[in-house]
Amino acid sequence: MPTVGLFIPCYVDQLYPQVGMATVQLLEENGYQVEFPTEQTCCGQPMANTGCTEQARPLAERFLQIFGGYDYVVAPSGSCVAMVRCHYDEYLEDRPGFAELKAKTYELCEFLVDVANVTRIDRAFPHRVGLHQSCHGLRELRLGRASELMKPDYGKAQQLLTLMDGLTLATLARADECCGFGGTFAVAEEAVSSMMGEDRIHDHETAGAEVMTANDMSCLMHLQGLIRRQRKPLRVMHVAEILAGRSV
Amino acid sequence: MNHAALAEDFIKDKPRAKWHDETLWFVRSKRDKAASALPEWETLRECAAQIKAHTVANLAHYLEQFESQATKRGAVVHWAKDAAEHNQIVLSLLQSRGARRLVKSKSMLTEECHLNPFLERNGIEVVDTDLGEWIVQLAGEPPSHIVLPAIHKKKEDVGRIFHEHLGTDEGATDPNYLAEAARGKLREKFVQADAGLTGVNFAIAETGGIVVCTNEGNADLGVSLPALHIASMGIEKLLPRAEDLGVFLRLLARSATGQPITSYTSHFHGPRPGAELHIVLVDNGRSDILGSEEFRRSLSCIRCGACMNTCPVYRRSGGHSYQTSVPGPIGSILAPSRDPKTYASLPSACSLCGSCTDVCPVKIDIHHQLLTWRRELNVLGLLPRSKRWGMQGMSYVFRHPRLYQWAGKLARLIVPRLPRFLLYNRFNAWGRQRELPEFPRQSFREQYEARRHEQQK
Repeated sequence: MPTVGLFIPCYVDQLYPQVGMATVQLLEENGYQVEFPTEQTCCGQPMANTGCTEQARPLAERFLQIFGGYDYVVAPSGSCVAMVRCHYDEYLEDRPGFAELKAKTYELCEFLVDVANVTRIDRAFPHRVGLHQSCHGLRELRLGRASELMKPDYGKAQQLLTLMDGLTLATLARADECCGFGGTFAVAEEAVSSMMGEDRIHDHETAGAEVMTANDMSCLMHLQGLIRRQRKPLRVMHVAEILAGRSV
Repeated sequence: MNHAALAEDFIKDKPRAKWHDETLWFVRSKRDKAASALPEWETLRECAAQIKAHTVANLAHYLEQFESQATKRGAVVHWAKDAAEHNQIVLSLLQSRGARRLVKSKSMLTEECHLNPFLERNGIEVVDTDLGEWIVQLAGEPPSHIVLPAIHKKKEDVGRIFHEHLGTDEGATDPNYLAEAARGKLREKFVQADAGLTGVNFAIAETGGIVVCTNEGNADLGVSLPALHIASMGIEKLLPRAEDLGVFLRLLARSATGQPITSYTSHFHGPRPGAELHIVLVDNGRSDILGSEEFRRSLSCIRCGACMNTCPVYRRSGGHSYQTSVPGPIGSILAPSRDPKTYASLPSACSLCGSCTDVCPVKIDIHHQLLTWRRELNVLGLLPRSKRWGMQGMSYVFRHPRLYQWAGKLARLIVPRLPRFLLYNRFNAWGRQRELPEFPRQSFREQYEARRHEQQK
């Protein structure tokens, strides 16, 4: 049985344990042995995205050391996986094991579709769901077609969600506009960030979504913050929670 | 002022910010429709990217070829190392010919060089004849967008400006009426002009010709009557061959406004009989960008404005919040290249969504270059202290897993017990419009460990 090194982003570990547990369930159900290396903390993305690359470097080095030995590395986050696959070159190029690490690190939906070959999910989720396309998953990892590109349409998360009974996807006016989280951007550009989030929420509401989902909890943390402040009925769930059969 | 502060000001008028966002999103949607009608769209982009990369890599050669070909056709080629030299060349050309009135078609390069105020100080009357650019000129403002200079103005604003400057009826907002009034007044200016200045969209090294694209025909009007045509261009505007042009003309208007082609695509090969054509090639920092491995690709830009229309930050903060002649994503790369200190906030006026990179017709990796700029700014010591110290602290915690777990545990214990006023105050930018997440009792690793114990029993 292949072993998956479970990569749980730091804020998911601390704030959204249910997302991590749903990820474990989905991987185990599909026949993978899951291990959670407890030495892991953060991939270093906040530092790298702020420009503090020297603060990110030791975290990239730790990551390779901690996860280098697994058959696969899987995380319920497009953004953190994009950090490893698209931005670690700067720190780890030519390090033994790095090319292999990049090739075996997957975002959860991508792993379920491309490696586990999931084509059936015997669960129901009788709700209208708005899928928020998290930017790094979309435009760095190419987990779906970005609306700017004139290429055939596809999407890993859509593909899995539509396997569920009773689930309908809401049609958004702006299919993949950014929610405005953007890490430190959320506080450094608070006004723009909040307006971007509000506009996304409004789009999902107009499309009749009961639940807003995404493969990144960071986008959802920002959106949920706005939703709760404005006391809106829209619910927020990570894709892993929906796929694992959690109820609203 | 930094971008965030100016953006906050812009958003204070929420309905207007919303209108601005929706207006530009409409342009982006038109672009999508136009691009999707061409099955070869992605091939065109790739082709354009390669032509530009090749041109930029051999720029010295193509510039010399262009100079020699343009000269053969009777044009006079001038070289300007910076904005001051460019402005001086233009002024000398005008003064030596006794020209007092200049009509200009749209040129972001002359905005970059601050040509208008320089000429006005020297007694030259300058009229921007692109309707949008004329509106902002009358309003005494810089353009807020490179293709749609007055996109931040509503028709009511234009009515007020025209009433004040052109004597149109007070309260008039009908776009046709206002455009007619402008057209009438501009005709006078065209007839009176002693010289015409245009920008350059493309210059062809092989032929020595230049190409100017407009939707209003104002470039053609401006240079057809006076005996002096000055064309100002950045040195990166070159294409090697005439046959390369088709690729770019097909991409430019579709990316800019969703049109298949601009209404007027004018080719100038030397001066018309009895007139002069002067072409000013301007560097103004472009060689420095050319010399930088990291940012060289930004020189491929054809100024279509698609990255502005698609940028969720630009749409909600307005062009003026960038305080530079080319705003938005591409401008946030170009401006710090000239002056990192003044424009230090621009590379962070970006959520790194990457939409600009995917929309760019010449495939500039815009958002990655913005990320690289953040690193450069840190090296130059120009990142805000709060960010540097914050990241040093975070990195330390993340390098010590026990400390990280302990800090998380403590936060989960304390935060839910704190009174609201301690959590939500002016020090918490997150909490101005957002709730903090609900802190769970246990972390994932605690739950996972508990489950393992359970299973082993």
